[in-house]
Amino acid sequence: MPIDILMPALSPTMEEGTLAKWLVKEGDKVTSGDVLAEIETDKATMELEAINDGKVARILVPEGTEGVKVNEIIARLAEEGENLEEVGKAPAKSPAPPKAEAPEKQEHKAESRPSPQAAEPPPKKSEAAAAPAPRDPGIPAGTEMVELTVREALRDAMAAEMRKDPDVFLMGEEVAQYQGAYKVSQGLLEEFGDKRVIDTPITEHGFAGLGVGAAFGGLKPIVEFMTFNFAMQAIDHIINSAAKTRYMSGGLLSIPVVFRGPNGFASRVAAQHSQCYASWYGHVPGLKVVAPYSAADAKGLLKSAIRDPNPVVFLEQELLYGRKFEVPKLDDYTVPIGKAKVVREGKDVTLISFAYTMIATLDAAEALAREGIDAEVIDLRTIRPLDAATLVESVKKTNRAVVIEQGWTMYGVTSEVSSVLMEQAFDWLDAPVTRVGGADVPMPYAANLEQLAIVQPDDVVKAAKAVCYKD
Amino acid sequence: MAKSKESSDRENHGARSSAPPPYQASPDELVRFYRDMLLIRRFEERAGQMYGMGLIGGFCHLYIGQEAVVVGVKSAMKETDSLITAYRDHGHILAVGSDPKAVMAELTGRSGGVSKGKGGSMHMFDPQNRFYGGHGIVGATAPLGAGIGFAHKYRGDGGVSVTFFGDGASNQGQVYETFNMAELWQLPVVFVIENNQYAMGTSVERSSSETHFHRRGASFRIPGYEVDGMDVLSVRSAAEDAVEWVRKGNGPIILEMKTYRYRGHSMSDPAKYRTRDEVQKMRTEHDPIDHLGEALVKAGAASQDDLKAIDKEIKKVVADAADFAQESAEPDPRELFTEVYA
Repeated sequence: MPIDILMPALSPTMEEGTLAKWLVKEGDKVTSGDVLAEIETDKATMELEAINDGKVARILVPEGTEGVKVNEIIARLAEEGENLEEVGKAPAKSPAPPKAEAPEKQEHKAESRPSPQAAEPPPKKSEAAAAPAPRDPGIPAGTEMVELTVREALRDAMAAEMRKDPDVFLMGEEVAQYQGAYKVSQGLLEEFGDKRVIDTPITEHGFAGLGVGAAFGGLKPIVEFMTFNFAMQAIDHIINSAAKTRYMSGGLLSIPVVFRGPNGFASRVAAQHSQCYASWYGHVPGLKVVAPYSAADAKGLLKSAIRDPNPVVFLEQELLYGRKFEVPKLDDYTVPIGKAKVVREGKDVTLISFAYTMIATLDAAEALAREGIDAEVIDLRTIRPLDAATLVESVKKTNRAVVIEQGWTMYGVTSEVSSVLMEQAFDWLDAPVTRVGGADVPMPYAANLEQLAIVQPDDVVKAAKAVCYKD
Repeated sequence: MAKSKESSDRENHGARSSAPPPYQASPDELVRFYRDMLLIRRFEERAGQMYGMGLIGGFCHLYIGQEAVVVGVKSAMKETDSLITAYRDHGHILAVGSDPKAVMAELTGRSGGVSKGKGGSMHMFDPQNRFYGGHGIVGATAPLGAGIGFAHKYRGDGGVSVTFFGDGASNQGQVYETFNMAELWQLPVVFVIENNQYAMGTSVERSSSETHFHRRGASFRIPGYEVDGMDVLSVRSAAEDAVEWVRKGNGPIILEMKTYRYRGHSMSDPAKYRTRDEVQKMRTEHDPIDHLGEALVKAGAASQDDLKAIDKEIKKVVADAADFAQESAEPDPRELFTEVYA
């Protein structure tokens, strides 16, 4: 039996990668454990090892090929005694990817969530599809745009601020020699050295407190958490030591620290690695809380956060790191903290969202457009302070709002936004403000259950139609 | 970052394993120590009294009995060195030179307080004098203080962070996370553990498997030793030795100050966990102020009348502070929403 060698998934979120290099050629004999090829993902270069003995009958994907899908057949081995040529000629047939069947949602669920689609990779084309995007007033007309991933944008923002201000430094687990657990700090160690790019032990409570102390001492630390799930070990220092000290000292001390790292939903890592903390930190006076979606906002807001004299919780998202966006090519591009952004103009209903759920929200806006509903989409970008004015202004126009978050809606960001709209835009509302959020359960592992737990475009569509009384 | 040293190097670095002999103070220095300790004592007595009168609210943790620790340590620090402590902080903020009026007005929650009345007893700061609080969370000062040490090292300003916490805090996990990083990165930090022998109502014997807190750094290769925290001269010489050892780039060190608080954990503590005799014995046999007063007279540095004059002078300072703390206006209601953000 010929043995197919498939493009491997090297991380929970990998969908495709580059076949960087073959270390074997057709006709070579290989033994289990031999390195066959080098695969490059957006995070790292990994080696692909043989798990069977045999001879390389055929290489189906030449080295240097980009965008090779996970599970695609990249080579074929002949077992001992098999005819190399025949094996090589056999038609390549990719195995069907396992398709998670999602059961129908039960009617008694809290949100009227529709029957979800079967598990599919996260939708990809939202930002391109958001056609009627208003021009960003912060970007001068004629500015050249470059395509950057969110990951690159974050790195560029840190590098730029570190060049400008010698008091800025980065500390966290694997930020230096490993180049970042999610490759966000790639290249920073080389440029800034180990005095300013510091690998910490696995000790969140300790290094968060140490970062705050360094800020007392006049430095501007960027404290990276490998994920915000682990920052729960450090939340005492984020709140008690960072957020409250300026007030408790009658303004004598300011604490210019940035706590940043991936937050929220991540693929197939289950409950303890997949939670949104936006509402947790958004609750606390003394903190600013930022959660960008696009690369331009990630870059502009991170620069603002580093310059801000207050503690800033900067919530990133693993599933957005690899997404590409247009970023203005400006020497010093910043985005002000506390300003939401209308990313799509519309007149029938306002969809308010942020971070990862912007994808589902923008897709929903497209779907609604096809049904004749013209949705306005607002990206909150900042959780605290909340830009109520932009939200109220939009609702005055559309008279309807759906608020979307990836986290739990109970006491969530959507609940706060709903209250603000009720208090400040009541007379303009023609329907109750409606929340859409993650299912009120710890994040499940099983692929089908996970898809049921996260916000899908259809959830947003249903809610939007309901507030437009078009259901 | 510098790597941790081999244990053989440690010996070459010359860290002590026991306290150096008491400091040989000049007559002027002895008088200054006496005056500084007495200021804290009289201030705290008055604070206790004012608490009883309802002028001070919330929690109020008095430093009475422990005065030699902060006075001795502060006297060994340079102006460029920093100090941070937990919630029993009145003595520390007085020792760094803050105005007693502003400290007392903070206790009464008035606009003239060091934190404009927004922090209270446990949250007082004086960054001009490099005093960074005043923190209410037990154990939090360990990493915060190490971070201040990190900033000193980062800037290369030669400063040392003197980081105080108590025997109770020594059982918090973050203290050990901090020890690890402080030694790993050779941070200029003197950890001063004020062992007053009771974590609120729980004695060290009932709470701690290793009751010799200066040994708590051993598995991180941090040296430390025990110091008689009831004797200001012993504290001074140990602190001087430790601060300079750390300043030379040897990494952190732990000083365990054996001390005793005469009052309860806070004003609302009935202190049923120890006997009146135990407290009385410490007061009569080991009081740091009485002890130094006797030494002063014996050395001919001051007469009994001189001591009485100092006492009178300090009582006036404290009385003025108490008056100010009652006369200073409450914060303007508009202050409620200021200083949340810079």
